[in-house]
Amino acid sequence: MTVTETTPGSSGEPGSRSTGTPVSLVGLRRTYGSQHALDGLSLEIAPGEMVVLLGPSGCGKTTALRILAGLDRADEGRVLVGGRDMTRVPANKRDMGMVFQAYSLFPHMTVRDNVAFGLQLRGHDRERRLRRCREMLDLVGLSAFEDRYAHQLSGGQQQRVALARALAVEPSVLLLDEPLSALDAKVRVQLRDEIRRVQLDVGTTTLFVTHDQEEALAVADRVGVMREGRLDQIAPPVELYARPATRFVAEFVGLSNRLGARVEGRDALVLGRRLPLLDGSVSSGAGQALVRPEAVTVSESGEPNARVVSVAFLGPFSRVQCRLDDGQVVVAQLPSAAVDRLGQDAPVRVDVDAEAVLVVPD
Amino acid sequence: MRSTGGGLAWRTTRVVALALFAVYFFLPLLAMLDFSTRQLGTTGRTLDSWANLVTDPTISSSIVTSVLLAVLTTVLMLVLLVPTMIWVRLRVPQAGTLVEFLCLLPLTIPPLVIVVGISNVYAWVTYLLGDSALTLTFAYVVLVLPYAYRALDAALASVNVVTLAEAARSLGAGWTTVIVRIVLPNIWGGVLSAAYVSAALVLGEYTFASLLNFSTLPTVLGLLSKSDARTGVAGALAALLLATVLLLLLSAFARRRRTTKGA
Repeated sequence: MTVTETTPGSSGEPGSRSTGTPVSLVGLRRTYGSQHALDGLSLEIAPGEMVVLLGPSGCGKTTALRILAGLDRADEGRVLVGGRDMTRVPANKRDMGMVFQAYSLFPHMTVRDNVAFGLQLRGHDRERRLRRCREMLDLVGLSAFEDRYAHQLSGGQQQRVALARALAVEPSVLLLDEPLSALDAKVRVQLRDEIRRVQLDVGTTTLFVTHDQEEALAVADRVGVMREGRLDQIAPPVELYARPATRFVAEFVGLSNRLGARVEGRDALVLGRRLPLLDGSVSSGAGQALVRPEAVTVSESGEPNARVVSVAFLGPFSRVQCRLDDGQVVVAQLPSAAVDRLGQDAPVRVDVDAEAVLVVPD
Repeated sequence: MRSTGGGLAWRTTRVVALALFAVYFFLPLLAMLDFSTRQLGTTGRTLDSWANLVTDPTISSSIVTSVLLAVLTTVLMLVLLVPTMIWVRLRVPQAGTLVEFLCLLPLTIPPLVIVVGISNVYAWVTYLLGDSALTLTFAYVVLVLPYAYRALDAALASVNVVTLAEAARSLGAGWTTVIVRIVLPNIWGGVLSAAYVSAALVLGEYTFASLLNFSTLPTVLGLLSKSDARTGVAGALAALLLATVLLLLLSAFARRRRTTKGA
């Protein structure tokens, strides 16, 4: 399996935030019984970079994060943080901050004591602890809640305190294990943006694990898509979306239409249009082009080649499903203003307007 | 008006139910008090039989023995069981079923059978540690295991111990800190319940002590009830009061922890 990789820092941003520590995972393997949770995973994270591991459940993303945290051990491979081999270092000596999927605030402590816990273990005096606590709670906007207990906070607030607690000890690496998945949709989006803002503020190298592609694309410097214990592709979100390296990535990240295509040289013929091929496509003959709904145009002018099946209104955008004359069904995403006159069964012209396409075998 | 009427009916039912329960529970206690303070042949009252509890060396020493047994058993049980159960939850969850099986085993074997089995072991215990009644501690720890296990298991199940421990570890806590500062404060209620149930069981245990020929409060009371029924009843009532005081102390302690925590 070839992993398409864009080197760390190539997106420009993270390398410039030099406060973080570089992290390398080298050839990690981990099996549970007969199941390979990690199958030779290697990953480089640049100082201050936020890498999101994305994948379906059971793909090994959480195992990778837990091995980096020291909460699980690798059967093979190495973990390097700031060039130091941490593979055998216990979790409490790794200097990492972690936010868990399950609420993990210590129930018998106030918010302040939770945030100060790590500082106390490091022997900081009371005054310094309180100052740092206040700074961290300011950062996550919860200064007014320092005397509360976990059960007096909402889920979103608890996760923000957990973030403040993890960052209070100024960890070399911040680990986020699906921190938003227990929250409702609106809070999730708010907190997601807040995590990114805080991470950019403090410049800590961060590994974020999620199964939510929208979350991954929204916050990451680079997104690594995992499948069966390996990375399929790791790239900045825009590149990952526009230039998926494998069929799995194309189908897992965003929606894709599958349209009949013919490969000729370095181009593919899709709905009569000639489009450049992406790496990883079949080299010749017939295949299926994976085309994003945004790359499909639907117009009432031009020679019709399809009929409208349905129009779903999604606010600013609408999703239009059409049946091509040859029977293929294609979904287009268009500005709602552009589709308000499209009725069911209306004859339309469907075209593909992509920079390049990935063509996979039938 | 209907709701007031309903409220009144509900309140009356509650008061009546409470009164019935009070009568059911307190009448025998009052009868015991009455009987133990009655003066033979007259209508007067005397505290002689209560005084016997302190002045009679056999009784007073059996009280001391039983209280010491309760303390030792509770301490040994907590020292053995609490760290083991926390460790199993955190590090070897696959051993959970085995530990549960072992802890609940004494429930399934009648005390009589245990005593017969254990008497051979006690020959050795007596040989090595002497014949003090306090050696009963070992047998009593086994006896209280199932009850203490249940109390601790319920407390451990009510908090997400694994995630809390991992969070503490990631913040730099070693295992001792995790157990003492994170897990224990969150299962404190369970620890107190386990301690209480163990102490109460030991204070009332008769079979082991009697068959192994040790003088504890219940065995002495058993003998007394045949020779001096009044003192026997006074002793039984005293033991009951002691257990009640213990329960009140423990719950007051637990409440105080909660309120200081909230301050």
